[in-house]
Amino acid sequence: MSEKKKKTTIILFSGDYDKAMAAYIIANGAAAYDHDVTIFHTFWGLNALRKEEQVPVKKGFLEKMFAKMMPRGADKMGLSRMNFAGVGPKLIKHVIKKHNAMPLPQLIEMAKEQEVKLVACQMTIDLLGLKQEELIDGIEFAGVATYLADASEGNVNLFI
Amino acid sequence: MNVAKMVDAKGLSCPMPLVKTKKAIDELTSGQVLEVQTTDKGAKNDLAAWAKVSGHKLVDMKEENGVLTFWIEKA
Repeated sequence: MSEKKKKTTIILFSGDYDKAMAAYIIANGAAAYDHDVTIFHTFWGLNALRKEEQVPVKKGFLEKMFAKMMPRGADKMGLSRMNFAGVGPKLIKHVIKKHNAMPLPQLIEMAKEQEVKLVACQMTIDLLGLKQEELIDGIEFAGVATYLADASEGNVNLFI
Repeated sequence: MNVAKMVDAKGLSCPMPLVKTKKAIDELTSGQVLEVQTTDKGAKNDLAAWAKVSGHKLVDMKEENGVLTFWIEKA
C-alpha cells in the first residue's frame, strides 16, 4: 500500500476562467486519487493566484498598466469562448450554480485543502510586473527546474 | 451490510462526489464499508474507476429514482 505516490503535474498557462476550471478539476480529482499534485502557474495563469484586493506595492508605469489590464484574481477571469465582453463569465457562473458545480475560487480553495502544491513561476511574475505580495498565501515561487523535477517523475503531465 | 460511514453527495457535480468519497475513506480503517449516495450520472463510471485504481473494493451499487448508491470497502 505504501509504495511511492504517483504524481500529476499541470502547467496552467492560460488565464481563461474555463481553462483554469478544467485544470483545477483535474487537480482535485488527481488529489483524490492520492497523487502528489502540482499546478505550475505561468504567464496568464498567474492571474488565478492574484489577490482580489489591491495590494500597495511600488511599481513603474508599465507594471501598473499590466496590473490594471489583467484580471485581479480567479473570479475576475474571462472565458476562452463566448466571453461577450464580460457577460459570458456571469452566465457561466449562473449555470455553475444551477448545476451545483464548483466555481473556480472554491476549486482553488479545495485544491489547497487537498494539499495540491501551487507554484508560481517567478520569471513570469517579474515579466508581468507582479509582486509576490499580490498573490494569495500558501503558494511557492519557483522556476523551470522545480517544474521539471516534479514532471520528470510525473504520471500525468498537462499543459493548459 | 455493515456500513461504517455514509457520504451524502446528492446534488453535487464532478469532482465533489469523488473528493468527498476520498476524504471519507481516509477516515476508515481497512475492511470497513463506506456508503456513497450521489445524483451525478458521471459518478457511476468515476467511482468504479477510482475504486479499482485505488485498490478499494466496490462491493455493490444500485440506482433508484435517480440516486446512485455505492458501497465501497476500504483496502
